[in-house]
Amino acid sequence: MRRVYLDHAATTPMDPAVAEVYIRHATGVFGNASSLHQWGAAARNALEEAREQVAALIGAHPREIIFTSGGTESDNMAIRGTAYQLRERGRHIITSAIEHHAVLHTCQDLEREGFAVTYLPVDREGFVDPGDVKKAIRPDTILITIMMANNEVGTIEPAGEIAALARAAGIIFHTDAVQAVGKIPVDVERLGVDLLSISAHKLHGPKGVGALYIRQGVHIAPILFGGEHERRLRPGTQNVPGAAAFAAASSMAARRLAEDARVQASLRDRLLDGIVSAIPDTAVTGRRYDRLPNHASVLIAGVDGSALLAGLDMAGIAASAGSACTAGAVEPSHVLAAMGLLREGDFAALRLTLGRSTTVEDIDYVLDVLPGLVDRLRRQSRP
Amino acid sequence: MSRPRVMVAMSGGVDSSVTAALLRVAGYDVIGVTMQIWPEADWEVAYDYGGCCSVGAIEDARRVAAAIGIPHYVFNLREKFQRQVIDPWIDDYVHGRTPNPCINCNRYIKFDELMAKALGLGCDYLATGHYARVGFRDGRYLLLKGHDPGKDQAYALFGITQKQLAHTLFPLGALHKTDTRRLAEGLGLPVAHKRESQEICFVVDNDYHRYLTAVRPDVRRPGAILDQKGRVVGTHQGIAFYTIGQRRGIGVTGPEPLYVTDIDPQANTITVGTLDDLLRPVLVATELNFISIPKLDRPLAVTVKIRYRAPEIPATIYPGPASDEVTVVFDSPVRAVTPGQAVVFYQGDVVVGGGVISRSLTEAVAG
Repeated sequence: MRRVYLDHAATTPMDPAVAEVYIRHATGVFGNASSLHQWGAAARNALEEAREQVAALIGAHPREIIFTSGGTESDNMAIRGTAYQLRERGRHIITSAIEHHAVLHTCQDLEREGFAVTYLPVDREGFVDPGDVKKAIRPDTILITIMMANNEVGTIEPAGEIAALARAAGIIFHTDAVQAVGKIPVDVERLGVDLLSISAHKLHGPKGVGALYIRQGVHIAPILFGGEHERRLRPGTQNVPGAAAFAAASSMAARRLAEDARVQASLRDRLLDGIVSAIPDTAVTGRRYDRLPNHASVLIAGVDGSALLAGLDMAGIAASAGSACTAGAVEPSHVLAAMGLLREGDFAALRLTLGRSTTVEDIDYVLDVLPGLVDRLRRQSRP
Repeated sequence: MSRPRVMVAMSGGVDSSVTAALLRVAGYDVIGVTMQIWPEADWEVAYDYGGCCSVGAIEDARRVAAAIGIPHYVFNLREKFQRQVIDPWIDDYVHGRTPNPCINCNRYIKFDELMAKALGLGCDYLATGHYARVGFRDGRYLLLKGHDPGKDQAYALFGITQKQLAHTLFPLGALHKTDTRRLAEGLGLPVAHKRESQEICFVVDNDYHRYLTAVRPDVRRPGAILDQKGRVVGTHQGIAFYTIGQRRGIGVTGPEPLYVTDIDPQANTITVGTLDDLLRPVLVATELNFISIPKLDRPLAVTVKIRYRAPEIPATIYPGPASDEVTVVFDSPVRAVTPGQAVVFYQGDVVVGGGVISRSLTEAVAG
């Protein structure tokens, strides 16, 4: 059976060249980067070289990159670290209703600690209105955190515009760029962001490693304690093979970005057009064209998301419906709810996210399988 | 010709695990699924506790599926389970009835929602680990008792329809529980030694009093306890906490042991009496389903069970009095006819049909 992986927003396969870098460092550069001896020095050198390459992907200075365990940790560190650093100045945070749970749940936890959080609404395409951000700013606002691109509906937020508002008001701006980096150009200088989260495994790097960009001059309080590593912000023996492989993946992403985006956007359009024309009662979520180039998401009426995913999987197609939860079942999406798209009855929110290996044959296979599957699930009246 | 495809409802327990493994060995194209039914608020409890269909159970089912080499999916049926099983279950208690939630789960969740998904995904069958069998005679599908008299679960399946039976497999129906455990060990299933699941899967520790009080604090509504002559002899805590035939925890003593003989939701009273006061010659059932016959249009001699663990007793069933009711006249009066419980009619191993007990009568009405 044909196997088609279209869940690259969940995770990507490690590129073979990246995996080679990972293995080389895991076996050959095993020293502790804090150690004084030459083994330690080799690890330290590899780590700092990796920092340069990751920084280059987003136009940052290497000193501005902190390696973390991934996007979730970067988000936690940025938000909680800023809140604790600036709690004497103010206790108000602005975010949006469609952030990743790493952001939302951190904000909710800070509310329990006495911080106030404004969750901005979005429009039906999932856009945060910079005008709403401006209106929400208060004298005690210390942090604005709005994602760069949404994982569920592929909407690219006006992060640069919001960053400018924040800067004008003297407020720290963080963006979760986990879905954006490697897919669309992300330049911290052009955007004017203060803090930015990245994850390696979303761009063909390894799992368990990510980074937080911290603009020179911006200070956040540590949320973990135990050593001098990563400017005391992320103590713990550094993951050198992870960082090196992340760096290799970053360089590759930087090199391939324009071409990958062009190819994947055209395949995505073929996929979205095919779905909408072949299956009645479907609607694209997010914006039809101006969205992440590898991202397709649709609402399909009259079918249950978990059954649809199971049926696709049985046909060898990996897709996703909203966000996967702990137990693997499909939960109502907070993103679609905020967009005003949750309705009564069965409604599958199908997400298909393309990657470098995706071919036109893959897309056509999906277009071959999906309409029949939806039709069968719809026609299956109660026995 | 491709292999028949079957969806197995896997709870993470021994029975459904062996069901999946047997079908796999028999050459079916097997897909394992687990229903997620616990309310989200009880998530941590569900995780710790590991009962049927809890998070721990989902993980067990996933491990078993991996061990026998079949795909496994989790379907979120929380909302439907809440609406079609838990809410009516609570409502029954509030109205002085004693419900059996497995009946509605089988009727509206497993053999309706899940079967629809199975057929929609191109499956020929839905299989479960119930100890029951499917037969076919004179153009009708039959539901038959499981061969293990100690485990037979046909009772809780009386709501199954002809169309559903046509697409149902019960591979354990011919086995005894000891066979199932031996098979689980022989097949190396990681759940071979798991203990039996408890009675009500969504109520931790089976403490339904605590559960009811938590979700419906208004069930705590004290009222009068009456004796057989209608005299007040005590106070009860709320009719939801009592069931017909209950002896312990009534708080009223007499020269003979006392049992709950009646519950009156309108008056908010319970009535107590002796063992003999529990005897009823007749009951009326609703929410009927017939399996071996299309419908009941004349009196039929059967045996009946008025509770899952009750013995079968001879009776005659009559259509009526209302068009959606059946009257069950026992050959000799029985104790503790409990509204809300299922009454299931048998002829030998064959399940004729069944219904939900709506009321008992103290006298047989002629005609």
